[in-house]
Amino acid sequence: MNLEASHLGCERGGRTLFSDLSVSLRGGELLRVAGPNGSGKTSLLRILCGLLSPTTGAVRWEGTEIRRLREEYSKQLVYIGHAAAVKDDLTAAENLRIACTLAGLRVSPRQIQQALDSFELADLPVKRLSQGQRRRAVLARLVVSDSLPLWLLDEPYAALDAAAGRLAEELIDGHVARGGAVVFTTHQDTRVRASQVIDLDA
Amino acid sequence: MLEAARCIVVRDLLVAWRRRSDVATALLFFVIVTSLFPLGIGAEPDLLRSIAPGVIWVAALLSCMLSLGRLFAADHADGTLEQLLLSSEPLGVIAAAKALAHWLVSGLPLVLIAPLIALQYDLPAPLYPVLALSLLLGTPVLSLIGAIGAALTLGLRGGGVLLSLLVLPLYVPVLIMGAGSVDMAAAGLAPDGQLLLLAALLIFAAAFAPWATAAALRISVE
Repeated sequence: MNLEASHLGCERGGRTLFSDLSVSLRGGELLRVAGPNGSGKTSLLRILCGLLSPTTGAVRWEGTEIRRLREEYSKQLVYIGHAAAVKDDLTAAENLRIACTLAGLRVSPRQIQQALDSFELADLPVKRLSQGQRRRAVLARLVVSDSLPLWLLDEPYAALDAAAGRLAEELIDGHVARGGAVVFTTHQDTRVRASQVIDLDA
Repeated sequence: MLEAARCIVVRDLLVAWRRRSDVATALLFFVIVTSLFPLGIGAEPDLLRSIAPGVIWVAALLSCMLSLGRLFAADHADGTLEQLLLSSEPLGVIAAAKALAHWLVSGLPLVLIAPLIALQYDLPAPLYPVLALSLLLGTPVLSLIGAIGAALTLGLRGGGVLLSLLVLPLYVPVLIMGAGSVDMAAAGLAPDGQLLLLAALLIFAAAFAPWATAAALRISVE
């Protein structure tokens, strides 16, 4: 697998966030995007997953522009954004099952239960969960997403406690070790070793 | 492909079921608006009979508008819309599933309750099936076209008003043919022509509206 972004530029609200940014990512690599608040980390991730079109430049997956691939590209990735992306009225298990079906993953109820158990989540409507538990419910997707080569994680550790943070680190490490690629942003210290770092401040 | 669409429909129905009050509001709105007219106009059976199709259809349009604002707004707010855009299926299929779920929740109940409403207007019994059939064919068009508007006005301030300005003019053909079919039947003519036109509109909207909705969603989410 090969994700390549060339000469990316991003302008939001008349302000240039970054310009002429090039990244190349292969299987087994971990890219960390660093930078202060408002430096365009989230915009970069959204560009990489195709939710946002860059002002200049292009993103290519296996040599083809992702704009032309559309769902063929979406099939390959997990994107976990700032927003929780869970329905408040549904339980964690229902949310996870829906997320998997939409991603085209076939998972058994047992796998879903295991994923929730590993994050110690009770089967309650998400609106009764705390902020951190909600984040756990979102990250439980990673447990069943081994088969998707590209993970794009925006602040995966936000609101997590130490135990859940460690679990997320293990999942990321494991995915990279299996030959997957991960792009993530974080402000926290993390034990996972990035093979590349982009600093948007510079 | 159908699995993802089914998943969206089931999800939206489940959310609607757990938030029953939201669904009930639009339906109650329809019932109350259609009940206000006989009260305001007076008990003149001939007049009521002649305005019934128009009033019921206009109330159906407005009640549909009421729930359209929430069609994508809730998904947008909690971030699930981004996941829908990144799903493994074409976005048009997802948009069609959303419109279908919207119709099942807000259109189908109107079709079922319309004969009861027609009772207040002393509509002759043979017209009930025509009214119900016209709503059955017309209300899905409202959901499909409305979805385009809802996607375009997503995240805008005052989007609700803009949405009605955008969408209501597009509803005019549906209104004319829907109410017209019942009028035709009331005049003793065959309503087939109008109903077939409605069916044609439905097919046309079902084929193209989801793709327009998908394009609008991509723009709005940027």
